[in-house]
Amino acid sequence: MYSADTKDSVGLVTPQRAEFPEGLTLACGRRLPKFELVYETYGELNADASNAVLVCHALSGHHHAAGYHNETDRKPGWWESCIGPGKAIDTNHFFVVSLNNLGGCHGSTGPLSVDPDSGEEYGPDFPPLRARDWVHSQAMLADRLGIPSWAAVIGGSLGGMQAMRWALEYPDRVRHCVVIAAALKLSAQNIAFNEIARQAITSDPAFHGGRYRQHQAVPRDGLAIARMVGHITYLSDDAMADRFGRDLRSGNLALGSDEGVEFQVQSYLRHQGSTFSESFDANTYILMTRALDYFDLAREYGDDPVAAFAEASASFLVMSFSTDWRFSPSRSREIVDALLAAGKSVSYAEIQADQGHDAFLLPIPRYVEVFSAYMQRVRGA
Amino acid sequence: MRQDLTHIQQWIKPGSRVLDLACGDGEFLARLQAERDVKGIGLEIDAGSISAGIARGLNIIEQNLDRGLDNFRDDSFDTVVMAHALQAVRYPHLVLDEMLRIGRECIVTFPNFGQWRCRLYLGSRGRMPVSKFMPYTWYDTPNIHFCTVRDFESLCQERAIRILQRDMVGPANNGGVLAKAWPNLFATTAIYHISR
Repeated sequence: MYSADTKDSVGLVTPQRAEFPEGLTLACGRRLPKFELVYETYGELNADASNAVLVCHALSGHHHAAGYHNETDRKPGWWESCIGPGKAIDTNHFFVVSLNNLGGCHGSTGPLSVDPDSGEEYGPDFPPLRARDWVHSQAMLADRLGIPSWAAVIGGSLGGMQAMRWALEYPDRVRHCVVIAAALKLSAQNIAFNEIARQAITSDPAFHGGRYRQHQAVPRDGLAIARMVGHITYLSDDAMADRFGRDLRSGNLALGSDEGVEFQVQSYLRHQGSTFSESFDANTYILMTRALDYFDLAREYGDDPVAAFAEASASFLVMSFSTDWRFSPSRSREIVDALLAAGKSVSYAEIQADQGHDAFLLPIPRYVEVFSAYMQRVRGA
Repeated sequence: MRQDLTHIQQWIKPGSRVLDLACGDGEFLARLQAERDVKGIGLEIDAGSISAGIARGLNIIEQNLDRGLDNFRDDSFDTVVMAHALQAVRYPHLVLDEMLRIGRECIVTFPNFGQWRCRLYLGSRGRMPVSKFMPYTWYDTPNIHFCTVRDFESLCQERAIRILQRDMVGPANNGGVLAKAWPNLFATTAIYHISR
């Protein structure tokens, strides 16, 4: 809950909007004739613009990473645990930029936007995106904000993958790269989970081939199932056992009772699913999961991550979480090993945490300690 | 800084690439970086030490030596250092092999279990030595492979490891003269500069 007295929050923030009438040619070869990005900033840009940090969001994230939009906001931004005065990304020192990725559904140009060529919403016809498209659009935003190079580009999960792509696409614009719970590319299992999510959405009768808005419909059930599947993969077995166990929300399992039974975990998942289906666009979810599936850092470098990282001049911090099975520590070690073989500056910490992939969003003491220690180095450099 | 580390420093060429195994809080690497301009990487498993090393601005990788070093390429470092960890690893001989594969030269230091105090303690009391220097009891010690100066040199001979230089540290009070003259009996810490 927002409170004006809170000293470790950036407090009230207002999203901003940047228009790019010059458009952008995408990795797929198609061109967006113009686009907009919605973003927030926290802290103050210093005189030589040397304290700017870019935060890249994950699959279902957005620009609202820290603080509150108004006094009645119940929840702060999604990375409140790490961004704010005195926190790992210390807004007393850093100027933090957090944006909604291109293709998103929280204000930046995406499937919900009107295609200037047709005068209709893009919907399912929005061009497919790659992480590099996000990076290029973010570079245009950096130009707009007068930021020649980032002190650090930071991200967890898909955001970490964008951060690595930044280090390769713009080596002279990234001084430090913080890659949390990410991977060089998705595994078959990761892609499989994303495919279940997409199938859930596209097989919802309300999906209408992606033109649900023309039918005044929302594929809520499909989106909810997609989110439920995703959510399970973000938690560890232990985290679910701790939080829900086999506790019942209603009914009982005693012999002789035919009362319907609902486990706590069922109710939790349904709540997660339905909340998500009210706030997220189905076409964006399909677009984002595809971008994640297609990501392969080393593809254009002869499938050799060492050759890929040879392009980078940033220093890296890589972190993983012991119970993360979606982007497991061994995926992070592949990143570290490639960086070592490429002779790059890299630190790595594997954080013991029960919370699975979601751990990167939580204030786990050792995680925050390592992150803060590294950000001190970013400050000093 | 620990005395063995001060001794090692002179063997490391300015500007070289150094891998420090079990680097602790990075005090040694930080000194090497500041005074000899080395490009260093430290491996460590202790959480507090890792944070401390990163806070010093060092490159620290969380990695357990017992799980191997096969993520490091042949000859990718000028010098691989392992100070006071040989006795704590599961397979000291295999770690030595890996160090010699990764580095052109290696520096190893270890506590000499053949030192007269250890012998006296074990000989007179019939119990495993516990001292200020080695404060653990036998059942909770991380030091699972104690050896003596003579043990180490015989291992080097068996595995055709070249000893380029050695240095011995004795108790602070006798200036190390006895340690250098009769290392297996008087050295508390042995320091070896080795290569293939």
